[in-house]
Amino acid sequence: MAAMAAVTAATSGAAVALNAVDVAFRLADGGTFRAVSNATLNVADGEFVSIVGPTGCGKSTLLNIAAGLLPPAAGTVDIFGQPLSDLNRQAGYLFQADALFPWKTALENVAIGLDIVGVPQGEARARAKDWLGKVGLGAFGDRYPHMLSGGQRKRVGLAQVLIRDPKILLMDEPFGPLDAQTRQIMGNLLLELWSADRKAVLFVTHDLEEAIALSDRVVIMSAGPASRIIGDWRVTLPRPRDISEVKLSPEFHDLHRDIWHMLKEEVVKGYAQAEGR
Amino acid sequence: MSRVTLLTLQVAVAVVFFAVWYVLTTYPIFGTVILPPFFFSNPVDVLKQIVAWFVSGVIWKHLWVTLLESMLAFVIGSIGGVLVGFWFARQPRTAAVFDPYVKMANALPRVVLAPIFTLWLGLGIWSKVALGVTLVFFIVFFNVYQGVKEVSPTVLANARMLGMNERQLMRHVYWPSALSWMFSSLHTSVGFAVVGAVVGEYLGAAAGLGYLIQQAEGVFDVAGVFAGMFVLAAFVIAIDIVVTLVEKRLLVWRPAVGEAKP
Repeated sequence: MAAMAAVTAATSGAAVALNAVDVAFRLADGGTFRAVSNATLNVADGEFVSIVGPTGCGKSTLLNIAAGLLPPAAGTVDIFGQPLSDLNRQAGYLFQADALFPWKTALENVAIGLDIVGVPQGEARARAKDWLGKVGLGAFGDRYPHMLSGGQRKRVGLAQVLIRDPKILLMDEPFGPLDAQTRQIMGNLLLELWSADRKAVLFVTHDLEEAIALSDRVVIMSAGPASRIIGDWRVTLPRPRDISEVKLSPEFHDLHRDIWHMLKEEVVKGYAQAEGR
Repeated sequence: MSRVTLLTLQVAVAVVFFAVWYVLTTYPIFGTVILPPFFFSNPVDVLKQIVAWFVSGVIWKHLWVTLLESMLAFVIGSIGGVLVGFWFARQPRTAAVFDPYVKMANALPRVVLAPIFTLWLGLGIWSKVALGVTLVFFIVFFNVYQGVKEVSPTVLANARMLGMNERQLMRHVYWPSALSWMFSSLHTSVGFAVVGAVVGEYLGAAAGLGYLIQQAEGVFDVAGVFAGMFVLAAFVIAIDIVVTLVEKRLLVWRPAVGEAKP
């Protein structure tokens, strides 16, 4: 039994493996809407993979599948070689919308992940304080979420997820609502924290530049419905990277041009579909 | 507007009100007194009555009875509302079955229940408490129900991804959300607790502010009726101040209106 598990893990060493996954939703009129069709995607341990696609292509849905929040209509999901049947306990999820507990202070929000697994309160607090320091909010522990700016809330969210030390990090356009400067700063912070222990990251964004600057691989999805994975590009820019500097390099520009060529068509299709709806 | 100006103007409104009242009920204008004192009394008599109540100390007993009834109605109604609200929100099937009856009970003007409660529970405080409970219960119930139902799906998903089990979700997500909705209606529910107590007393009691007003009315003592009303108004304002203080302490985490950052 143990030997078999070892074999499985060895043959599919991926942290996240989506195998021919379909996603479908039941519509109010009784029909079904197929959001994603036949998506196969592997994220190796320690790899930073971005999913880019036009609005409404189901990239967030794919993330929910990997998180176990949503079961696939067809296909399988393996996490470190084990089929995923319930919530993905190995993953931390940073949501696009505000997901902090508004009735808890920043410190309590960060500490909660430890509290619920029974870490003594004093220790949980101390470690949460540590993490707030790492995301640059050491002095903001007693603030409630509504007293923080959008960027600060994202930092708290990041600390809240990372304090649990998940093996996999799922991020759904986490910096989407932020302004351009803050996004860049948050991107650098993310890279810095990630480089410390190299978790597997699945990062969803609609911003191609952000995707290239952050990732080891960029995956492109076609416009929905029934969107597919249509491109998979390796980013070989050297690490450690600084987002604003990396964007100036010629390799970045070449890659961006190539990928954008493919993505542009899909974006136009996506808009046409959205208008036709 | 500065604090001092505001306060001055607020006091001025009261002064003008009492002055007009006094003049119209005391001095004949073109040969007639516009507001007959028999029906409208006058501020001096009302003040004398209030002072008399406080000097003799009879008022304290009535205030205490009304306060006690209101507090009991609030506490019992809130506990009931929280429990049933939680239960219905977590058991949609139960909620669907009881839905028409809840709506029916809530639509019923509660005053008509007062005679029933008096028959069942007598003239003491409990018939008034029961009337207050029927008012408070529904406000708290609807708010808690809403609070549990309207927990942000993202916050809920986040809580689950952070590894919370059902019990922990209850404690860290549903409960605070429901409480925040309940506290946001604190002014209304406390207000209704007082309404229940006073109306109950008015309809039949042996003590309380409602009883005091009803007694004065029974002997055409208009000054007494007005005096009772003013004491009641002051009583309600005092309670409201306490509620505001409690609210500020309990809801520190909530943004004030217009303060929320995008």
